[in-house]
Amino acid sequence: MSGLGALYQDLILDHSRQRHGESEPKSADASSHEINTSCGDELTVRVHLAADGQTVESISWNGDGCAISQASVSMLHDLTPGLPPAELFARIDAFREMMRSRGSVEGDPEVLGDAVALAGASKYVARVKCAMLGWVALENALKQLSTTSS
Amino acid sequence: MTTSVSAALTEAEVDILRRDFPALQQEVNGHPLAYLDSSATSQKPTAVLDAERDFYEHANAAVHRGAHTLAVTATELFENARANVAAFVGADADELVWTSNATEALNLVAYSMSNASLDRAADPRVRLGAGDEIVVTEMEHHANLVPWQGLAARTGATLRYIPLADDGSLRMDAAAAVVGRHTRILAFSHVSNVLGAVTPVSDLVALARSVGAITVLDAVQSVPHLPVDVKALGVDFAAFSGHKMLGPLGIGALYGRRELLEALPPFLTGGSMITTVTMETAGYLPPPQRFEAGTQRIAQVIGLSAAVDYLRAVGMERVEAREAELGQALVEGLAAIPGIRLIGPTADARRVGLASFVVDGVHSHDVGQYLDELGIAVRVGHHCAQPLHRRFGIAATTRASCALYTTTEEIERFLDGMRGVRAFFGADREVVSR
Repeated sequence: MSGLGALYQDLILDHSRQRHGESEPKSADASSHEINTSCGDELTVRVHLAADGQTVESISWNGDGCAISQASVSMLHDLTPGLPPAELFARIDAFREMMRSRGSVEGDPEVLGDAVALAGASKYVARVKCAMLGWVALENALKQLSTTSS
Repeated sequence: MTTSVSAALTEAEVDILRRDFPALQQEVNGHPLAYLDSSATSQKPTAVLDAERDFYEHANAAVHRGAHTLAVTATELFENARANVAAFVGADADELVWTSNATEALNLVAYSMSNASLDRAADPRVRLGAGDEIVVTEMEHHANLVPWQGLAARTGATLRYIPLADDGSLRMDAAAAVVGRHTRILAFSHVSNVLGAVTPVSDLVALARSVGAITVLDAVQSVPHLPVDVKALGVDFAAFSGHKMLGPLGIGALYGRRELLEALPPFLTGGSMITTVTMETAGYLPPPQRFEAGTQRIAQVIGLSAAVDYLRAVGMERVEAREAELGQALVEGLAAIPGIRLIGPTADARRVGLASFVVDGVHSHDVGQYLDELGIAVRVGHHCAQPLHRRFGIAATTRASCALYTTTEEIERFLDGMRGVRAFFGADREVVSR
């Protein structure tokens, strides 16, 4: 099962079972609900800003999905504290680049944290959407934030 | 309804007929392919592939036009195929309309009735308006739900549905209350693509007839797996797809009771479906040509006819009996594995070789990925039946589905794989954290 082992690394399985940032729905500064139409998986990501209003204090999320989508948003959660939206947009772009690379881009752990473990999933074209779900939700939530503050 | 007394296809016979299917002879991820996704689309025997190729090599021409030899040959092959496929489902040739698939066939009925509803001169039997009701069931594939939602929205009719019981069977007690004097259409599946159980068609037809409603049968999951006789069933319309019954992609059919097809205005218009055309108006041909605008899918029609020949030679009673055995093996095998919940009827229900289930602590996508690594192809997700899944409080299931070429060994390999899934994902030892 070398192929499966590369896709479902221990780090991914750990995140899929010990999910960071998962919570019941609660009030937030912005949120976005995303659906993977091919499988019906759903995810809501909420952004909670720090007191300065300029940086993200944390994100929280709830939803139903596969191990890849759940681990991916759990890993994303760990990246976010203290970052301004502009920096998060850049990291989401970096993640998207890795996931669209079909295994050719490794990803920088300094930028993507544990999510570099998902590089193996980028070879499975059908699973790229799963990995992207939480990141797209955060991107859309952050866009709302920039619309409302400008 | 055909009560099967025929002996099931034997394992030895299946081993032999499998050789006719080139796609089944390959390895996937280092294992022989175990193709358990035939409800999504079936594999094709060489006879079907050859029939299509032979047409292109020797008879390719447009039908119903032109006086040259190839055009005449193509027309003859095309109409012979219609008679052959019609007979396979108990219909007359002029009651069978070619469509691209069952989805288009169902849309044809919905949009033709929609068009009739805009025309005061149209036959009142196929016109809908405010106060009329369209009834479907909670188990329907989106193809037999969304077109009716649209028809209701366009005509002012109301869409209602017959709910499912906890075991996945139709609540026939509720059906008698939902279907009433306002019901104009009753649309339902012969076999659910998720539950695999055979719907009590005769009860629903009797109910519809008692209130004068038109019945529309989604037969896409029954025609490939059991004998279907649309006249014996007594339905007004029935839709099925070629690609799920060993035939080519891109071809399906609508059966319509002659007098109702004659009452319907066209859905798609253009060439080949007209009588006289002026710059202002056009006259339409009688059915089935009225509903077949444009150059037809002749090679696919001929391929589908070859698929019907293949199925007929094997014998649909024997296919049904074989699939009932495989379905039972799936249901019993899955029930014996801890942490697996089957969706749909289990005990003694008349079923095809299909089972959908949820795995405690493992998402269906991950189940499918795990099995794919073992060379086993299953379907994951909502199978185009979101309301059904919502009814059971789930978003997705894993589905294993068979066809006449499925072996017992493949079922055993699948069940072996299923025994390892929860351990691989750690679902057998941990309580899911929240």
